[in-house]
Amino acid sequence: MPSLKRLVLDVLKPHLPNALDFSLAIAAIAEDYRVDVVVLEVDEKTETLKVSIEGEQLDFERITDMIKENGASLHSIDEVSVTGN
Amino acid sequence: MNIKSIKTMLNLSGSWGIMRRYFVVNGFDGALTSLGLIMGFFVSARVDLTVVITTCLAASLALGMSGVSSAYISEAAERRRQLGQLEDAMLSSLEQSYHAKSVIWSAGLVALVNGVAPLFIALIIIFPLWLGQQNLLYGLDPLATAIAVALMIIFMLGVFLGRVGGTFWLWSGLQSLTVALLTLGLIYLIN
Repeated sequence: MPSLKRLVLDVLKPHLPNALDFSLAIAAIAEDYRVDVVVLEVDEKTETLKVSIEGEQLDFERITDMIKENGASLHSIDEVSVTGN
Repeated sequence: MNIKSIKTMLNLSGSWGIMRRYFVVNGFDGALTSLGLIMGFFVSARVDLTVVITTCLAASLALGMSGVSSAYISEAAERRRQLGQLEDAMLSSLEQSYHAKSVIWSAGLVALVNGVAPLFIALIIIFPLWLGQQNLLYGLDPLATAIAVALMIIFMLGVFLGRVGGTFWLWSGLQSLTVALLTLGLIYLIN
């Protein structure tokens, strides 16, 4: 079964939660998740982020749920790394 | 809904500061109302302590109910407005987010604090009256003791505000105490 190893996402989120709390929330999904966040743009009420997530087997559905729970929206999937069996 | 989610919602909505403010504001209302009632009974013809206790409890309950309902209506409306503005900025619905859930939860918790504060403080002030009723005050006048307790609580609320605001605690406590003493003086003059 293919495993999702790395994702780079373009995300728009409100100022709160801040980038640290937002990345901690995603990293808390599984123990081996590594999350890097770069704030690309700051507007009056929102921020655009580049979110890089690495792990042995990323759960895309839980990641998107977590993004939504934190009030953010996924704009695009910019990079993907997947391994086969 | 677990504790962590509730804490997240309270953090996102900035409700901790609002709850602290409401606790002091409505707590002050409760303390001053009870103090006024007890002072009224103190300077006028003495009545049975049961009447004093019931009157103070009823007034604080009314303050509590008023606190819960008014705070919930105003907080929920304000939070709905903020959520709408955020959704406009995000160009998407935030229905599944903590931001949307906090409209109900944070407003409810803030309202609860706003309502419980006067009731809780009034119960502390009424406690000496109850002790007096049970003959457990050993010679102390129940009304005078309750007035002293109320003054102490009002002073402590001032001290708390001073610490929150980073000002000198004694000055802030004395300011609150001055308001309470002024109220007592006015009630005495009316009598």
